[in-house]
Amino acid sequence: MAKILKKNKVSTKGTKKTLNKNTGTEKTPEKSSSAKRRERKRKTVGKLKGTLKTTKKSPIEKLDLDNVDEDELLNEGEEIIPSEDEGGSDDDRKHQKLLEAISALGGKKKRRLAERSEATIQISEFSVDAKGEGEKINLSDLIQTIAKTPAVSAQTKSHLKKLKLEEKTVDSPLTKPETERIQRNVAFQKSSEEVSRWQSIVKQNLKAEQLVFPLNQEAPGPKPLEQVVCGWKARTPLEQEIFRLLSVNKQPINDPVLTPIEEESLKAMSLEDAKIRRAELQKARALQSYYEAKARRERSIKSKKYHKVQNKAKRKEFVKKFDEMLKSDPVSALEELQKLELGRMKERMSLKHQNSGKWAKSKAIMAKYDDGARKAMQQQLEVNKDLTQKLATTLSDEEGEDDGETSEPDMLPDFVNEVEPGQDPANPWMRGQLSKDPVDLTEPSVPETAAAVLISEDEEEGPEETEEEGLLRGFAERRKQRQEQEAENEAAKNQDMEVMTEENKAGAEKAVASHDAADADIADDDEEEEEELSKFTNLFQELKDSRMEAEASAMVAEVSEPECAQLQQAMFRIKSLEDMDLLDQEEQADPAEPNAEAPQPAPLESKGADKKRKRKRGIDLAEVLTKEATVINVPLAPTAVEGAEGAAHGQEEQRDVIKEAFAGDDVISDFLKDKRREEEAGRPKVVDLTLPGWGEWGGQGLQPSKKKRRRFRLKTAPPPPRKDGGLASVIISEKRDSSVSMHQVGALPHPFLLPEQFEVTMRAPVGATWNTRQAVKKITMPKIVTKVGAIIQPMSRDDLLKHSRKQEEEGTAGEPKKRKAPQRKRSQKRHKKTKN
Amino acid sequence: MIPLCLYRQVSERYWQGSGEEKKDEAPGGSHVPGDQPAPLGSQTNQQTRASEKKKKYKAAERHGKKAITRVCQSACDDHHWNTRIIAESEITEKESARHDQLLLQEDAGFLEGDEDEDTCTISQEDIADAVDITAGAKYFNLNLSQFGPYRLDYSKTGRQLLLGGRRGHVACLDWQTKQLLCEINVMETVNDVKWLHSEAMYAVAQKKWLYIYDSSGIELHCIRKFNDVLRMQFLPYHFLLATASATGFLQYLDVSVGKEVAAVGTKAGRLDVMCQNPQNAIIHLGHSNGTVTLWSPNQKEAIVKMLCHHGGVRSVAVDKTGTYMVTSGMDKKLKVFDLRSFKPFQSYFLPAGASSLALSHRGLLSAATGDIVQVYRDVWNTPVKKPYMAHKVHGAVWGLHFCPYEDVLGVGHGEGFTSMLVPGAGEPNFDGLDSNPYRSAKQRQEWEVKALLEKIQPDLISLDPGKLSQVDYATFKQKHQDKVKVLGYDPLARDKFKPRMRKKGRSSTGGVIRRKNQVAHEDKRIIITTLKEKAESAKERKKNNNGQTSAVRSALDRFKKRAAP
Repeated sequence: MAKILKKNKVSTKGTKKTLNKNTGTEKTPEKSSSAKRRERKRKTVGKLKGTLKTTKKSPIEKLDLDNVDEDELLNEGEEIIPSEDEGGSDDDRKHQKLLEAISALGGKKKRRLAERSEATIQISEFSVDAKGEGEKINLSDLIQTIAKTPAVSAQTKSHLKKLKLEEKTVDSPLTKPETERIQRNVAFQKSSEEVSRWQSIVKQNLKAEQLVFPLNQEAPGPKPLEQVVCGWKARTPLEQEIFRLLSVNKQPINDPVLTPIEEESLKAMSLEDAKIRRAELQKARALQSYYEAKARRERSIKSKKYHKVQNKAKRKEFVKKFDEMLKSDPVSALEELQKLELGRMKERMSLKHQNSGKWAKSKAIMAKYDDGARKAMQQQLEVNKDLTQKLATTLSDEEGEDDGETSEPDMLPDFVNEVEPGQDPANPWMRGQLSKDPVDLTEPSVPETAAAVLISEDEEEGPEETEEEGLLRGFAERRKQRQEQEAENEAAKNQDMEVMTEENKAGAEKAVASHDAADADIADDDEEEEEELSKFTNLFQELKDSRMEAEASAMVAEVSEPECAQLQQAMFRIKSLEDMDLLDQEEQADPAEPNAEAPQPAPLESKGADKKRKRKRGIDLAEVLTKEATVINVPLAPTAVEGAEGAAHGQEEQRDVIKEAFAGDDVISDFLKDKRREEEAGRPKVVDLTLPGWGEWGGQGLQPSKKKRRRFRLKTAPPPPRKDGGLASVIISEKRDSSVSMHQVGALPHPFLLPEQFEVTMRAPVGATWNTRQAVKKITMPKIVTKVGAIIQPMSRDDLLKHSRKQEEEGTAGEPKKRKAPQRKRSQKRHKKTKN
Repeated sequence: MIPLCLYRQVSERYWQGSGEEKKDEAPGGSHVPGDQPAPLGSQTNQQTRASEKKKKYKAAERHGKKAITRVCQSACDDHHWNTRIIAESEITEKESARHDQLLLQEDAGFLEGDEDEDTCTISQEDIADAVDITAGAKYFNLNLSQFGPYRLDYSKTGRQLLLGGRRGHVACLDWQTKQLLCEINVMETVNDVKWLHSEAMYAVAQKKWLYIYDSSGIELHCIRKFNDVLRMQFLPYHFLLATASATGFLQYLDVSVGKEVAAVGTKAGRLDVMCQNPQNAIIHLGHSNGTVTLWSPNQKEAIVKMLCHHGGVRSVAVDKTGTYMVTSGMDKKLKVFDLRSFKPFQSYFLPAGASSLALSHRGLLSAATGDIVQVYRDVWNTPVKKPYMAHKVHGAVWGLHFCPYEDVLGVGHGEGFTSMLVPGAGEPNFDGLDSNPYRSAKQRQEWEVKALLEKIQPDLISLDPGKLSQVDYATFKQKHQDKVKVLGYDPLARDKFKPRMRKKGRSSTGGVIRRKNQVAHEDKRIIITTLKEKAESAKERKKNNNGQTSAVRSALDRFKKRAAP
């Protein structure tokens, strides 16, 4: 052995290394776990082979060959060692030491634990060495010899190699409960699948209004002969119509597979056509995807500047387009405009760009120090301003007009009252603003208007009808006064007016034109507008000539033509306080005449006058009570002889009458007091739990501190709003009526889950007393009907099949719609996003 | 017999707002300080509470899954359940509508004047001449000048007439056959007369006490508990006689058992204006301070108090559906109120002021100003300018009453009684089970037994007659709270929508809110949209019908796609 080792020393470095390694590895297995060892062995074997191959191929290095031989010898020697050990343990120990020394030489100094061996292991009395007792014989151990023997076929070798690679132990069998669990799971899945097939049919049956057992039975009794013989015939007009259509269009009636046209078309479509079509489709799809990708890319760009520029460009383009559209397609332009208006509305409603969000708040903190933050905030506000800016054209024009009219307040042009075409005509706010203006305008021009307003309000508050004549006189006087004043004014202005009207005409025309340009329906409405305008100017003239409002209103009535309905409507709107007087007067003068317009001005009138009063007081009962009444006159006059009744009785009656008549003086204040008292009583009281002298100085004249009182005062939650909250003249008792609740249901009976359900069922009576016979029959229809004497078989698989087939048919008709809907939505959304 | 109106509440109301009612009803005593838990909760208490909480939490966790599944299931069931109920109510409505169309062919016709002729100038004599002889016979005058102004009352079927002269003359007669049933003089002032549930008995409010006579004039009862009665109302389905006295008491007498049900001190002085709401059996009283108060026997204070007039209230009337109230006052005004919202509808000025009012089944209003009786049509919807009919009687009018199921207005006045013809006043289609004008004695007896069996308890009188069919929300809430406490979770709770957390900053606050808004009030939105759609489709159908009446409809027209809305 020593000789071999010496030789080893001499050998070339490369082989030496391998040898060293080999020895090193050969030694370690004893310590390491078996698996590790196995692996390493495999490696070494592999390497050895590798060297073998190379040596075989390169005959130049003969030394190497020797080495190899030596290696093999070494290997063999190792195998042999145990057999040699039989001789004596002393030798063995020496050998081990030697080996260790060699391994130390290799440079890799591995600290190895000194192995302690038991004597019994080393020396066996049966002369059997116990070394490697704990080891198992591995496959590799056995195979190594095979690798060398050339007699073994390559196939078996490769097989063996594979075997070595696939060294796996078979798993131990699962425990019994585990296997059972798995089996159960599988069984459950199978059976649930089986059962779930029935689910739909079961559900349907549960939901069915009525089930007649046995199911799927055919109509009893003999079938009519015709039906049996000639099958089915179109009877109803609908069927006949359909068949007529089918026969006319050469549609298959009996066996509807393919119509002749369809067949033809099928034939006509050649392969090339199909290919072309397919290519087209593909291209379209690709394009779409490109666009989508592009949009996505653009959207994900975070640069604000980029977007700003982009938006600006878009806006410019839009404006250009809009201008074009104004000329070419005013209707759609109007729509666009409305869209803009809507956007403005939305912006006004939302809190966006109002500097109230989280971001803005954080910026607000920073704004003091950071210029950029300040700027950003300002920008936001600007955006808001831009977006909420009203379309300048319409409003500014009107304002200009208004300014022009302050000089003659009594003759307001009527298209001020007209509804703006650009705005929503249904929006009362828009109208209210405009119609209110003229009333305000009158005030500065007429010096007494302030007083007049007050008086007129008084007149409305007071009981009108009792002092009607007095009021009437008052009105007449006031009106006369005002007219006189106006006459003076008018006389002064009269000459100017001639010129003014001309100017007005031109100005108004211009105004209308610009107004229209903004609202973009010039092309269509121009002629109409002009017509209206001419009428309007005519009116102006007439107004000027007559100077009487009454006549004016009459004329307005005359001018009523179908095309200027709006104008007419505007005419009836009250223009000044005088008009109100006038209307009153008219009412008084001839109330018997069927006056269709009477109810119209009334609410407006009250609205106009109410505003101030509402500011004064929250509720005004006087207003409620003096809601102006329609006067009724009776053809027959009552005989005013009250003395016809008995004298004694009459006296009593009279006393009552007097008492009742005078009771009315402070009726309202009494009622208000009552109401207030009631409200007070309903309010929860504050409970004061302060103990004087507790924790502080006490005694006579010493008040507990404020802090303490505040602390021990218990405030309860405010009560729910009163039912009569909005009703000035009504007190509704808030006391709970417990008498009915005795008979009411406190907890829901079984099938009901929500109180609403219960109430609905209770509300709809079932009995024959309250319903028709048919309805009762339908309502009380039994859910399950069984035929007497018929055998009710359990449902078979055929039923299931039939049912599923039916459902499929229905599904093909009904389902796609349902599925499509959300998709469409999603696509719309995407579309929107890309737009933005 | 329970009044139809008690149950005739269409499911619309269900849609409109049961939630509101709940809100109103629920917190009965929440603001009463006594109900609040003691503020000084001891430590030990809190500890135990905490442990309880833990337990509950665990329990909740345990139940969590179950609860969720249950709620889901219940939601499914709900849907099915609701649809079924709605379907049922729809069926009943449709059927009854069809039934009405088929069977209730009678319709009220009204007077129509010639050109430039007002219907109010047509005299009763002319009408009586123009109509057939039986109808003409319904216009007649009873000349009873001796015993002063008369009050009157028609029986519920409209066959019998009861007259009570102020100076003691009481007479009842079958006014169509002009057959006198009885005639007595009670030798006392008579304030009011009233038929009880059938034509066999009537009550007379005399100077001191309330008396009950039978149809042959025999005094059955003298009820000493009811003194100084001025006006009376009979609630037919409750068998209650409500009386208003000069001492300010409103008393209810159960005529089926002869017991006083309730006596309410109104503290409003003399009560001589009274009427009943036929829909919910609430009594309306008019007072000298211009207010009208609403009363039920169950509450000691007025349910509602409305200020209607500047001066005292002279007369009140409520229409058959219980929707409109008409009042007249010393301020010579006639006002119409909506009783659902208690808001004024219309206000009229009558030159002389109406002393008494009466409303017919079909909504005609008669108002008496001095000795003139005026009849108005449709006072609530469009402002009326002039009366539909007018008639002058002798002496001041004292009592007014429309005869049920007849086009007749009875007027009691100083010179006796006048029966006026008012075309279109009475309901032409009577309910034979409720009140049959042509019933025999046997039928009457049977009806009486049935009516007694179906008598409604006075407890059930409240503003909302359908209240009985509602859940008592106060108790319900309480019980629910208890249940929640025991279970540890709310079985009725629906889990709130929680928007999914999106990453990469796409779950901004605004975005989350927007997503929440998308699903907020979904149930309501669905209802609204369906209603809108329905309305629109109905409109379109109407339009289409108008357009296509001339063209012949093909059988395939039903498949035509309607123009998109």
